[in-house]
Amino acid sequence: MRPNWAEQMSEDDEKQQSPPSDLEFTSNKARNCNATGSGSGHPEFQPPYPDQVLENVLENVLHFVTSRRDRNAASLVCKSWYRVEALTRSELFIGNCYAVSPRRATARFIRVRALHLKGKPRFADFNLMPHDWGAHFGPWVLAMARAYPWLEKVYLKRMTVTDDDLVTLAESFSGFKELVLVCCDGFGTSGLAVFVSKCRQLRVIDLIESEVTDDETDWISYFPEGESHLESLIFDCVECPINFEALERLVARSPSLKKLRLNRYVSIGQLYHLMIRAPQVTHLGTGSFSPLEVAGQGDQEPDYRTAFAACRSLVCLSGFREIIPNYLPAIYPVCANLTSLNFSYANINTEQLKPIIRNCHKLQVFWVLDSICDEGLQAVAATCKELRELRVFPIDANEDSDSPVSEVGLQAISEGCRKLQSILYFCQRMTNAAVIAMSKNCPDLVVFRLCIMKRHRPDAVTGAPMDDGFGAIVMNCKKLTRLAVSGLLTDKAFDYIGKYGKLIRTLSVAFAGDSDMGLKYVLKGCPQLQKLEIRDSPFGDAALLSGLHHYYNMRFLWMSSCKLTRRGCQEIAHATRRLVVEVIRSADEEEMGDSVGTLYMYRSLEGPRIDAPKSVTIL
Amino acid sequence: MEGSVAYENDLHLKATELRLGLPGTDEREEHAVSNVRNNKRPLQEGGANGKSDSQNETAPPAKAQIVGWPPIRSYRKNNFQSKKNESEGPGIYVKVSMDGAPYLRKIDLKVYTGYRELLQALENMFKFTIGEYSEREGYKGSDYAPTYEDKDGDWMLVGDVPWEMFITSCKRLRIMKGSEARGLGCGV
Repeated sequence: MRPNWAEQMSEDDEKQQSPPSDLEFTSNKARNCNATGSGSGHPEFQPPYPDQVLENVLENVLHFVTSRRDRNAASLVCKSWYRVEALTRSELFIGNCYAVSPRRATARFIRVRALHLKGKPRFADFNLMPHDWGAHFGPWVLAMARAYPWLEKVYLKRMTVTDDDLVTLAESFSGFKELVLVCCDGFGTSGLAVFVSKCRQLRVIDLIESEVTDDETDWISYFPEGESHLESLIFDCVECPINFEALERLVARSPSLKKLRLNRYVSIGQLYHLMIRAPQVTHLGTGSFSPLEVAGQGDQEPDYRTAFAACRSLVCLSGFREIIPNYLPAIYPVCANLTSLNFSYANINTEQLKPIIRNCHKLQVFWVLDSICDEGLQAVAATCKELRELRVFPIDANEDSDSPVSEVGLQAISEGCRKLQSILYFCQRMTNAAVIAMSKNCPDLVVFRLCIMKRHRPDAVTGAPMDDGFGAIVMNCKKLTRLAVSGLLTDKAFDYIGKYGKLIRTLSVAFAGDSDMGLKYVLKGCPQLQKLEIRDSPFGDAALLSGLHHYYNMRFLWMSSCKLTRRGCQEIAHATRRLVVEVIRSADEEEMGDSVGTLYMYRSLEGPRIDAPKSVTIL
Repeated sequence: MEGSVAYENDLHLKATELRLGLPGTDEREEHAVSNVRNNKRPLQEGGANGKSDSQNETAPPAKAQIVGWPPIRSYRKNNFQSKKNESEGPGIYVKVSMDGAPYLRKIDLKVYTGYRELLQALENMFKFTIGEYSEREGYKGSDYAPTYEDKDGDWMLVGDVPWEMFITSCKRLRIMKGSEARGLGCGV
């Protein structure tokens, strides 16, 4: 079944076959396109002059086309458009670094200024993948050093980046401006130090949820002297002390600095000094939000409240890594303007939250710990009518702990925050009724991720499976593209998802389902499915094989601790060479006979990769 | 009292022994004995051994955790480990001896928020009074002075350094009595 090219435009362009393949292009040739390159088919009469004009016009027009989906579509019109699009694409997005090789990517797109690259699948975050699995930035940076001397931006997610890579990055691109590393690892403060010292045009350095080794190098002091162009400095995930004096001097000489997110080694007193130097910040990560030493009686404490009041442009607040709640009132002056508030490291209770949240009328994004309890969520629901995204994290991420939030909080949010688009909610107990209520009250939901931490937990009131709740979500939330399910679920839940979840692109399943039918429903019913991650669910080879028609349209399939066998995975691998089928052994598990611990499968133009570690077998 | 329970279970041979000499003088021997019995690594600091012993006795066996469940990234989980109830996190256990007392005690320094609380606890534990502390003159008004051995093996007067530094560097405590106490207290 040939995929309908025009419709299959996913956000990834690694799906592109670089030399034009058979049928489509021959027929397109008949449509007055400039036949360049490969000679085949009918000789067409094309006066060269008008086509040159056409190409120039096309080139200019395509400059305005920035959405990668539109560009992917444009590139398929005909060869001429394909060529011009390749020449003019300046931002390259690759959703799976193994789907296409650096060589192929740089050969097609020759004028790239920004690279956006993703590596490991999300379940790697939860220790489900060997640490040395791959996703190395090295080959990419080397290829780009040759191909893109004018590269300005690199955005990486779940990639392994070494100190050497950072050095190469800094040395190869004289105009380099932005580096964003999300959930990356493999580098340390010494690599950072070299990087910041050599990138003289640096505007953005954002380290988000990344693992940074403490090489005891004072990287902050390596920023070059003189006025800096820094607009964004985010290092809240860096778990090592920094030289505060150097940081203060850096902030003082960065007049364009808008985003500053400090790590937990910056005390509230130090934060104060930084804030009065940079009142123009729009995004502030407040560091530890506690003092270095307990202030004695009579010590003069700075007026934190005035410092916050002076930050008139502040819209996004985070940090509070070791918060002492007494200091919270200092943020009152900015609450009314806040659109984003991240309390997900702040162990505060309901009473401490209420006076803050009462003023946050404009809040659109709120991340918080369940320490605020259902009552805290009720307070959020009462005030935050503009809320678009809510994430509630557990303070005690343990199956057996008591959770202070429940269906009560979810219900309250659904009633108060009607514009909600995205929710991530961890809890220990939930009811179908509350989930159904949310499906009806929040029709704009695009992302619904519910994690009932105790596995296989039924409806806390009726004892029924959670099928109907999730069924209502897919039925009523017509814009839903991302879904994560939990609790006791039968195949019926998946039947609903297959029937109604027509726009779903990402689906996460854990400890759910009864039989192969569950997976079959989803593979059959969800045409937009891109990323499917499943763990500990009773789906076997038959279900796996039933999706063969669809896998090339997906970015990846992950199945761990399911009922797959080597034979079943082998069958997929033999059926098509366009999929890479990886079987991953976990370090401390011995596979019994033919059974497969983890399957990670993805489409690729390159075939099996050569950098796989021993724990990975590519079939 | 938690400290004494742990002590008795671990060093039950020594528990009934009356010693005339200073407690703590044959500590190394005790450590060696307990190492052999418990198959522990040779201890580096008094605190470390104490901690693991105590956990064996008093902590409930950890339930088998499913890998990667619930799906929270580890840096989020770790952020709150140290903030949970002290009894669940690892404590800083040190042995406490008092001149003239036959038994050693074990205490968890993490339970206390400062010197005042610690000294009060010691007073209750050994039924004595500590004098008033001053930087210059040490503990005045009593025959006893609380001292500790730090990482470098030096004996210091309790209270000389900031609390945070103290609990990370203290290997064991000893409540000195008499002339020795006074000697230590006076402006070394």
